[in-house]
Amino acid sequence: MPSEEELYQDHILDHYEDPFHRGSLPTATHAHEDKNPLCGDVVRIELQLDDGGKIVDAFFNGEGCVISQASASMLLEKLQGKSIEDVKQFSAEDMLELYGPRLTPNRQKCCLLSWKVMQSAVHSPLERSGQS
Amino acid sequence: MSILTTIDQVVLLPEALRRDFPILSENVLDGHPLVFLDNAASTQRPRQVIDAIARVYERDYANVHRGIHTLSERSTEQYELAREKAARFIGATHAHEIIFTQGTTGSINLVARSWGETNLRPGDEILTTVMEHHSNLVPWQQVAAKMGATLRHVPITDDGRLDMDTFAMLLSERTKLVAVTSMSNTLGTVNPIAEIIAQAHAVGALVLVDAAQSVPHMTTDVQAWDCDFLAFSGHKMCGPSGVGILYGKESLLDSMPPFLGGGSMINEVRLDGFTPAELPAKFEAGTPPIVPAIAMSAAIDYLQKIGLDAIHRHEQALVQYAYEGLSQIEGLRILGPAPEHRSSLVSFAFERIHAHEFAQVLNDRFGVAVRAGHHCTQPLHKLLGLSASTRASFYLYNRPEEVDRLLEGIAAVQKMFAPQGRKRRAQ
Repeated sequence: MPSEEELYQDHILDHYEDPFHRGSLPTATHAHEDKNPLCGDVVRIELQLDDGGKIVDAFFNGEGCVISQASASMLLEKLQGKSIEDVKQFSAEDMLELYGPRLTPNRQKCCLLSWKVMQSAVHSPLERSGQS
Repeated sequence: MSILTTIDQVVLLPEALRRDFPILSENVLDGHPLVFLDNAASTQRPRQVIDAIARVYERDYANVHRGIHTLSERSTEQYELAREKAARFIGATHAHEIIFTQGTTGSINLVARSWGETNLRPGDEILTTVMEHHSNLVPWQQVAAKMGATLRHVPITDDGRLDMDTFAMLLSERTKLVAVTSMSNTLGTVNPIAEIIAQAHAVGALVLVDAAQSVPHMTTDVQAWDCDFLAFSGHKMCGPSGVGILYGKESLLDSMPPFLGGGSMINEVRLDGFTPAELPAKFEAGTPPIVPAIAMSAAIDYLQKIGLDAIHRHEQALVQYAYEGLSQIEGLRILGPAPEHRSSLVSFAFERIHAHEFAQVLNDRFGVAVRAGHHCTQPLHKLLGLSASTRASFYLYNRPEEVDRLLEGIAAVQKMFAPQGRKRRAQ
């Protein structure tokens, strides 16, 4: 069992308090939102993809525990500028590794929420009028 | 803690009964004594119940109501004795008004399906409340959709009590059933069940009481309430999981068709049909939860030996103590009413700190087990403007010192997650 000192490492709390790209993205082309039915944590990710499938910009918004929100921040920081192919290649194991501290199965769900949302977001184009 | 003086030591149960519960002295978390405050989800079991389970399997086990051999006779006798004890425990007139189910959820679904699908017509109304557990909402949503009935919900007051004025307004000749909890698993509110039943009966409506949270903690008397249906679980009252009880008035259960079909629930089966058995077998298709039911009666023995009124007094003292302690914490919002309107639990939320952080740190650093999440009351949490809360729920073995530990832990969590002007570092 991990101790809470490990779980809440400084760099995780840094992400929680000073997240990477928390907010909305007016130029978003793709977006997805999901929740963890167990606890109600919510994460929404908005992406701007170019024609080549590159993530030009990425923002997230959400509500939930430190793990769900800090992991979203870490994920976006990691995948900003990467391709759809990179997102597909980025596995759940990679996400848990990126987070760092070993998590119990129930807390892994908190950590993987943003990862799940990201995997869907790249396939969820926004309906836009008057744009190509 | 200075507020320790406010607790009336005389009303507390003897600390020695903690020794009945082997798990309380287990080294669950390295170096931390276990402070188990998740009793509203499921309690722990005393040695007396654990032994009863082993005793049946070791000496008396066989399927019930089938063999004429000695073991089947023994297990049948104990199983039926468990039914009689359960009947006396809740003040039922007849043992055959006690149906063993797999739990409160199973009991409510039995009524929703058997009674609901027989008696509800388009335009009929089922009245429930916004503070119900999902298990007293979803079955009614399902049956209402199927039968074209309408589901209505009694709101709560600002302090988390049932809005009885609106309840009276919502009641009408269209109301066929009121499904209500006797105690909210999130707010802790104890509802005025006798009054609710009297008002419902006045318009000809039946009442189902979800008593999962109240039966373990206070005396229940279905006759005094004039209750039509009552549902509760074994695992929230020191018994095993996998068994619960549906109480129903004899005349109602007699008029209802069987819910599940199979063995035991029949009188005669032909290839082209069947005739159902008498009560209670009519509603107990298949091999029932034999050992859980027998062990549940051992739990009833245990609780009755201590006394439900004594348990209630003990928990009221703890909840009052916890409420006062929590009230002094800045930024903490207690869900639900003042202690005199609640029982055995207190849920709370902070503006900035998620319930998961409390549950995690309380566990890892203080050995305190609490529930974090929506506690199967999503509509209520939404109404309160929350996605999650933290819940501390007490039982007969909890002590004031454990409440102190909880309060100490909460203060540590607040400190740990207070904004510190942190900056994310470059990768």
